[in-house]
Amino acid sequence: MRAVENALNITIPDNARIIRNLITGIQYVQDHVIHFYHLHALDWVDIVSALKADPARTSQLAQSISDWHNSSTAYFKSVKDRLKAFVESGQIGPFSNAYWGHKAYKLPPEANLMAVAHYLEALDWQRDVIKIHATLGAKNPHLQTYLVGGMAVPIDPNSQNALNADSIAFISGLAKKALEFVQKVYIPDLLAVASFYKDWAAYGAGVGNYLAYGVFEQDTRSNTENLYFPRGIILNKDLSKVHPVDHKKITEYVTHSWYEYPDGDDKARHPWDGVTNYKYTGPKPPYKFLDTDKKYSWLKAPRYEDRPMEVGPLARMLVAYASGHKRVQEVVQYVLKKLNVGPAVLFSTLGRTAARGIETLVTAEMLPVWLDELAANMKKGDYRIHNNERWDPSTWPREAQGYGFHEAPRGALGHWVKIKDGKIDNYQIVVPSTWNGSPRDAKGQRGPYEAALIGTPVEDPEQPVEILRTVHSFDPCMACAVHVVDADGNEVTRIKIV
Amino acid sequence: MGNASGTGAPGRGSIYESLLKRGLSRRDFLSFCSVMAATLALPASLTPRIAEALEKKEKPVLVWLEFQDCAGNTESLLRATKPTVGSLVLDVLDVEYHETIMAAAGHQAEKSLYDVVKNKKGKYIAVVEGSIPVKDGGVYCCIGGRSAIDIVKEVCSNAMVTIAAGTCAAYGGLPAAAPNPTGAIGVKDAVPGITVVNLPACPMNVENLTATVVHFLTFGTLPPLDNLGRPLFAYGKRIHDNCERRAHFDAGQFVRQWGDEGHRQGWCLYEMGCKGPETFQNCPRIRWNEGVNWPVGAGHGCVGCAEPAFWDKMTPFYKRLPKVPGFGVEKTADKVGAGLAAVTGAAIVAHGIGRVLSGGRKEKEEE
Repeated sequence: MRAVENALNITIPDNARIIRNLITGIQYVQDHVIHFYHLHALDWVDIVSALKADPARTSQLAQSISDWHNSSTAYFKSVKDRLKAFVESGQIGPFSNAYWGHKAYKLPPEANLMAVAHYLEALDWQRDVIKIHATLGAKNPHLQTYLVGGMAVPIDPNSQNALNADSIAFISGLAKKALEFVQKVYIPDLLAVASFYKDWAAYGAGVGNYLAYGVFEQDTRSNTENLYFPRGIILNKDLSKVHPVDHKKITEYVTHSWYEYPDGDDKARHPWDGVTNYKYTGPKPPYKFLDTDKKYSWLKAPRYEDRPMEVGPLARMLVAYASGHKRVQEVVQYVLKKLNVGPAVLFSTLGRTAARGIETLVTAEMLPVWLDELAANMKKGDYRIHNNERWDPSTWPREAQGYGFHEAPRGALGHWVKIKDGKIDNYQIVVPSTWNGSPRDAKGQRGPYEAALIGTPVEDPEQPVEILRTVHSFDPCMACAVHVVDADGNEVTRIKIV
Repeated sequence: MGNASGTGAPGRGSIYESLLKRGLSRRDFLSFCSVMAATLALPASLTPRIAEALEKKEKPVLVWLEFQDCAGNTESLLRATKPTVGSLVLDVLDVEYHETIMAAAGHQAEKSLYDVVKNKKGKYIAVVEGSIPVKDGGVYCCIGGRSAIDIVKEVCSNAMVTIAAGTCAAYGGLPAAAPNPTGAIGVKDAVPGITVVNLPACPMNVENLTATVVHFLTFGTLPPLDNLGRPLFAYGKRIHDNCERRAHFDAGQFVRQWGDEGHRQGWCLYEMGCKGPETFQNCPRIRWNEGVNWPVGAGHGCVGCAEPAFWDKMTPFYKRLPKVPGFGVEKTADKVGAGLAAVTGAAIVAHGIGRVLSGGRKEKEEE
């Protein structure tokens, strides 16, 4: 959408910009909380150990770190009783066959019980706050109001079929609920859990290069650099310099990917000239291992100036921190002080997980600000939500090309389009999980997942919960990279044993 | 604690018992049952019957497979409100395998799946999310070195019933869009001869999944399906015929441009390309995210995401459908497609409660 807007030189109305910020903002908040509690926490939290917790001491712990209302002894006793009945039923569903009792779990039973309680609370919370998407985007998942040129959700304070004062009030209530949970539950839990796992600041650094396209537009120019979370690149963990981003320096290799390029697989291509000719050369299923010296992945290998880059919340927060973003710096300092550690710990598995929480808080704080911007426009009588000038394809040039930058919750997302005679001639997408899950390139350079796993201690190769900690810290795109994760897991275990 | 239907104590390991353990009251439980009745378009008088069934049944074991998918249906599962996702995953169902939400990974996760296939043969529910690529020996989607087609055949042919969650699992969806490079197909085509309930849409609305499962637990049969394998309670009627903006269509009041007066006043989106006249789904009735909104309600036309091959047949999304005649509800259905029209007729008959209870009868007999 942004790529087409860029190609056709379309400027969107201010209201469309604000609505997109609100949608992306609540997506970050909801997605990051789900990631922490439901996709990552059980790498750190032992739910079976929670059965040994003393509810009174759990209550003391909870009250010592937050004034969240659900913190009484009775509350934690009820959670413990429910958990006990659930475990004793023998039907523990998604918690079956996991790593409970593994030595790598370090939390005391009370912290485990507190985390289990918040796992359950977060399940209810996430489906409530995401109603902001239903209001502005029709439904969640898979919103349906995005248009090239703006948004399909009308604004009119005098209509019951458009965004009006009621909608603003509804969104405002949910935004408050979102922020309160982040402030009083997510951040205190993150700090409490992290304080027991400080050794994980030494593992999982990865490639040490970070790329952020930046996000939350502050004006309506196509691919504007005026962003709340800035655009930039950090190289070799050096926070003293932020390098600019030039989309022309982005290329993709297929040396170790199941694709072929017309002029050889060792030469990288820019996405505008990207080719997606798939050619599987791996073993015939069923197979046990992939040969990583050959082609071994469905992901291409994106590179910036031939360097592998990490993308995601850590990249965004490092670029913001190094660019002098005041609020990000404050929250980063607060977290480092609470954990009594220096900024170097950010380059790690622990840092990646902490950065996601920092970003969630700073983003949740902005939701009311953007909502006020929308209300101010409505008050001025500005109801525009779509620029119609290029809606009809007959108004387009015969040929055009464009690119669009976005930051998905899990990292930098770029689209490149070439248009010819009113139709797509080429469309290439470079998604966050191809950056992070990238296979090796022509020079043999590893991508972030692979690099991050080197040196990770694995207590028991049959129960590699430590591997999950680092891979999950990237928030891998389950849909497209889970198989690669499996392959990496095998590979690292082998390296470790050798 | 009383028992509404007077059939004795709740069964051990039953859903009801599980809800009690989580601190829900009898009142909450009955309220859950009546919501289920409403979703299934059953009369409220049937609530005790649902309650009775849920009090007796052990939590059914469910495994959830993901193939060529985006996890959108999994995300939809997390938005469940009636009952909530916590209740659904922990109390109502025993979800033994689900790549995205389970704690285990790798070998441990695969063990959970194959333990169910081995030990609960013919007694578990399989949910499939995503399409299955069959071209070139199935190399385009492998999990743990096994091809999707290999896995789906083993898991679904041993299941009591299979539910295809979302358009990709039902009909191939996006991966099957022309030119369908990986030979993506839906579950019913991948494993011929098994019982499959299709819950298409992109993603499926989770309330339809819950209702299907509860129907199965309550009556021991699947809800009546149309000729595309979709439950009539959710897909028996066109979007267009239940649409809150239908009066504007009949009155000829159309949105002509995004943000124009008609758009702000909630007029019909037909001219903007709405595919409601060709799409069978209960979006206008149950809506999304606890009833907050749905595409047409928000101001964007339906894209027909619950229909087979919608990426090919419903595009361009913003070009209006040809020839959708004016007034009336059923009048134009034959022009939408003869097969679908017959099904729409069956839907109304099948919703007679006695017939639903008898369950086993064929739709033909009901007509």
